[in-house]
Amino acid sequence: MSRPDVVVTGLGATTPLGGDVASTWDAMLAGRSGVSALTQEWAAQLPVRIAAQLAVDPSEVLDRVRLRRLDRSEAIAIIAAQQAWADAGLADSGLDAERLAVSVGSGIGGATTLLAQDDILEASGPRRVSPHTIPMLMPNGPAAWVGLELGAKAGVHTVASACATGAEAIALGLDIIRAGRADVVVAGGTEAVIHPLPIAGFSSMRAMSTRNDDPERASRPWDRGRDGFVLGEGAGIVVLERAEHAAARGARVYARLAGAGITSDAYDIVQPHAEGEGAIRAIAKAIADADVAKRDIVHVNAHATSTPVGDMLEIGALHKALGDHPVLAATKSMTGHLLGAAGALESIATILAIRDGVVPPTINLDDPEDGLTLEVAAHKARHMEIPAALNNAFGFGGHNVALVFTRA
Amino acid sequence: MTRDEITTGLAEILEEVAGVNPDDVAEGKSFTDDLDVDSLSMVEVVVAAEEKFGVKIPDNEVQNLKTVGDAVTYIAAQS
Repeated sequence: MSRPDVVVTGLGATTPLGGDVASTWDAMLAGRSGVSALTQEWAAQLPVRIAAQLAVDPSEVLDRVRLRRLDRSEAIAIIAAQQAWADAGLADSGLDAERLAVSVGSGIGGATTLLAQDDILEASGPRRVSPHTIPMLMPNGPAAWVGLELGAKAGVHTVASACATGAEAIALGLDIIRAGRADVVVAGGTEAVIHPLPIAGFSSMRAMSTRNDDPERASRPWDRGRDGFVLGEGAGIVVLERAEHAAARGARVYARLAGAGITSDAYDIVQPHAEGEGAIRAIAKAIADADVAKRDIVHVNAHATSTPVGDMLEIGALHKALGDHPVLAATKSMTGHLLGAAGALESIATILAIRDGVVPPTINLDDPEDGLTLEVAAHKARHMEIPAALNNAFGFGGHNVALVFTRA
Repeated sequence: MTRDEITTGLAEILEEVAGVNPDDVAEGKSFTDDLDVDSLSMVEVVVAAEEKFGVKIPDNEVQNLKTVGDAVTYIAAQS
């Protein structure tokens, strides 16, 4: 039996740039930054006082009573999944619930719920702790809520691979359809941990930008002045569908998910491999899995988080595994780093780049590193034919994920 | 506190916790069957009621509080 083709038929997102995919994509193409100062009282004591906060708060979309029992990461996963589901036109399609699966993960999970309920425990005792605490903080919560929302009965799955989560969740969706276990998989990532403890933790690792007085210029991948990533929050969801299933119902197809490559470094718990060995293998595997010519992969949405080491290692890996012809984008320059949602949001940007024939801009690239030998659409979007494109996502723990999308 | 006052207080809690329309809250209404209050929300209602009315509602009593009227009777007897 030949391997089924998998296509993307729906997109959904809520991000620092917009409350949906269209507004996010418009803002990206315009080169707008979603980073701003944290004005909350708790931020004053922190070494990092900037973040990319959601453009549209979940309270503007979901009702108050519903939000009481949802962690913020769960609420925004539901919002993005509702959008993707409507976009795919699956609501009244007669899809068999037993052929619908979910693959949604998060990098950190329900940390804000955990911390808020711990405050209640300390202040008022165990009886005051919300009975919704466990389903709000469990790592599978976002996937489970999306599954409930859409009535998915072919399995609800949770990937957790730090900042590679969103991309790996999409790769798992590809595997599920190829293995014949579902016709449709709602896949992606979600993250909402703009809170003093995660910020303090990342900050103690010296991983975050401290450009507090200039938020919009803080995330600057490949620029000599970069000093760490900017934390972002949001969710990105794609609807993956067996190509024949999509064709049979006359669905609009954005792009084809042609292949995925997943590797692990077995090197260090947080440092990427010094020569980018794991990243090189992931990219090579994705290209082989997709069975496309390297020369057709003319665009890469890079992981590029704006950290001093990681950004340049990825350039070396792309050189070795793909070549020096692709035009790169680091959309984190605008969105900040959405951790477990990053790979999903950037997959959406990659898919739309293919559809619209445009590489989104990389802002703040004023003074590029000497080693930046690949082309980047700096400051301004670049219009060009994109038959195929690559999206990279790497995570603490030594996770490397590469996805290849092609024109439908 | 009169029974009506307790009912009004419970209606406020039910609206806050479970989104129940206060106009639907009456002594004859069942929490689960009529007002759609699930088991986790019922825990929240009980804890909020303890605070509001200054009473203790032990877990083994909660199962006997099927209707708003049951709860009003229990709270009235305790307070």
